[in-house]
Amino acid sequence: MLELKAVSKRFGGVVATDRVSMQVRQGEVHALIGPNGAGKTTLVNLISGGLAIDSGEMLFERKPLGNLKQSRRVLAGLARSYQITSIFRGMTVLDNLALAVQARSGTSFSFFNSITSERRLFDEAASIGEEVGLKAKLGSISSTLAHGEQRALEVGLALATKPRLVLLDEPMAGMGPEESARMVALIETIRAKVTVLLVEHDMDAVFRLADRISVLVNGRVIASGTPAEIRADPAVKTAYLGEEAPA
Amino acid sequence: MKRALAVLLLAVALPWALEYFDRTFYVSFASRVMIYAIAATSLNLVLGYGGMISFGHAAFVGTGAYAASILFVEGVTSAWIAWPVAVLAAAAAAWLIGAASLRTRGVYFIMITLAFAQMAFYLVNSMKAYGGDEGLTLTGRPDLGFSLGNEIAFYYVVLGFLSLILFLLHRLARSRFGRVIQAMRENAPRAEAIGFPVFRYQLACFVIAGAVGGLAGALLAAHGKYVNPGVLHWTQSGTLMVMVILGGVGRLWGGVLGAAVLLTLEHLVADYRIGWLASLAPNYQQHASLAVGVVLLVVVLFAPHGIAGLMARKRHA
Repeated sequence: MLELKAVSKRFGGVVATDRVSMQVRQGEVHALIGPNGAGKTTLVNLISGGLAIDSGEMLFERKPLGNLKQSRRVLAGLARSYQITSIFRGMTVLDNLALAVQARSGTSFSFFNSITSERRLFDEAASIGEEVGLKAKLGSISSTLAHGEQRALEVGLALATKPRLVLLDEPMAGMGPEESARMVALIETIRAKVTVLLVEHDMDAVFRLADRISVLVNGRVIASGTPAEIRADPAVKTAYLGEEAPA
Repeated sequence: MKRALAVLLLAVALPWALEYFDRTFYVSFASRVMIYAIAATSLNLVLGYGGMISFGHAAFVGTGAYAASILFVEGVTSAWIAWPVAVLAAAAAAWLIGAASLRTRGVYFIMITLAFAQMAFYLVNSMKAYGGDEGLTLTGRPDLGFSLGNEIAFYYVVLGFLSLILFLLHRLARSRFGRVIQAMRENAPRAEAIGFPVFRYQLACFVIAGAVGGLAGALLAAHGKYVNPGVLHWTQSGTLMVMVILGGVGRLWGGVLGAAVLLTLEHLVADYRIGWLASLAPNYQQHASLAVGVVLLVVVLFAPHGIAGLMARKRHA
C-alpha cells in the first residue's frame, strides 16, 4: 500500500528522518511509535506531502508519490489528521465535514449555485459525523466543542476525504481515558474500510489496535514487526519501551 | 433581500429627488461613491472573503482606468470594447501579480502586493506617450450605444454595475467556490489537507477581484474624464482597504458602506467649515483623512465587524 525507501529529511544540520524504509500493508493498522523528537510527525508530513523529502522514494499503491502536492495526494486516497487540532473553527461541524466531501466530489470552480442545494454533500457529511460520534453536535460551531469532540472532528475531516490510507497523528493526544476508549473503538470500526498508519503515544491503544508496529528513534526505524516481536525486541526495550512495556 | 430591494429603489429614485431639490451636483458624487463601492467590494472579495491581505489593489483599478483611457485617446470610443478590455487587462495583471505573490504568506504577501502596485505606479508615471505624471485628459466619456455624457444616464449605468456585482458576490459567497475560499481564510493548510489546491483557488479569487477592480477603474476614468498615475498610488490601495475595514470585512455590503461613509466624510470636511476648528488649524479642511482616521479608530475599536456588522447585530437583536 505504502512503501518508503531510504527516505531522508534534514533541517539544517539536524537529520529528522534518516534513510527510513518501511512498508504499510493494505488493510492493516500500522503503528508508528517512538520517543518524543524521534521524527514521527516529520515522517507523517513527508508522507502526506506537507514537506518535501530530500532523498529516497515513496510509493503509494505502487506509484511513486514524487513531489505530488498534498491536495493531489488526498484526492489519490492518502489523507491525514493532525496532532494539533486543525479544523475550520468558525464553521459548524456539518460544514467542516461537508467541505471535505466537497473536495472529492466534482469541481469547486462553481461560482453561482448555492451549495445548500447539494443535499448529497450534507447527507454524506452527516453520516461521517455520526460515525465519529458527533451526531448531536452537527449544528455546533466547531470551536465550541469539547477537546475530545474536536479531536473526533479532526479525525472525521480526514475520513471524510474517503482515504484508502489514513495517517492519524496522535489522535488521542490530550484525551482522557473515556475519550481514548471511544477513539480506539472508532479506529476499530474504520479499519475494515481503510488502512491506518497510527502515530500514538498511548501504548495500551497501540498494542490493542496495531497489526504491526514500527519503532522510530532519532529519525531511524530501529525495528518493525508484530506487537509480539516488538515487545520482545531488545533494541526497542533499551531505546524506547524501557520499563513501561506492557506485560 | 427585502432590504437590498429597498436600497435599490432608493438609489433608483435618488436622481429625481436631487433634481427636485436642485442638488444635481450630488448625482455625480453618488456615481463616484458607487464606483468606489465597486472597487472596495472587489477588494473585499480578496481581503474579506479570501483572507488575503492585498495591499496593491490600486494596481488593478489603475490598469482598468489606463486601459480604457488609452483606448479612448487612440480613438476607441465604444464602451462595449473599452470596458471589457479594461476588465481583461486588469484580470491579466492580477493573474501575473497573484501568481507571484500567492507563493508567499502573511506580511510578505502584503509587502509583495504593495511592491507590484508601486512598480505599476512608476511604470505609468514614465509612460510619456500617455501623459506621464500629468495624466490623461479625455475629451468625453465612452459611448454605450447611447451617450454617457449625461450625469443621470451615467449614474444609472454605474448603479446597474454595482447592483450586478453585489448580486454576484452574494451568490458567490454561498457557492462551492465561495465556501472553499472562506475555508482557506480560516485554515489554508487544512483546506489543502482535505484536497483543495489552495494556490489555484486563491489565484482564481485574486483574478476575479482584479477584474472587477479593473471595471471600477474604467468607470472612474469615464466619470472624471481624466486619469493620472495617482489611481495606482499605494495610498489608493490604502484608501480601498480603509473602506473595506470601515464597512465590514467579509460582509456583502462592506465595500458599499465603507465607500459611502469615507467619501461623504471627505466631502463634508472639505465643504463645511467648522469655525472654531479653523481658528485652531486653519487648513484642516485639506486634511480630511484626519476625520477619516478618527472614524476608523472608533469603528475598529467598537465595531470590529465594521458598519455592516453593526447593522446586522441591530437587526438580530
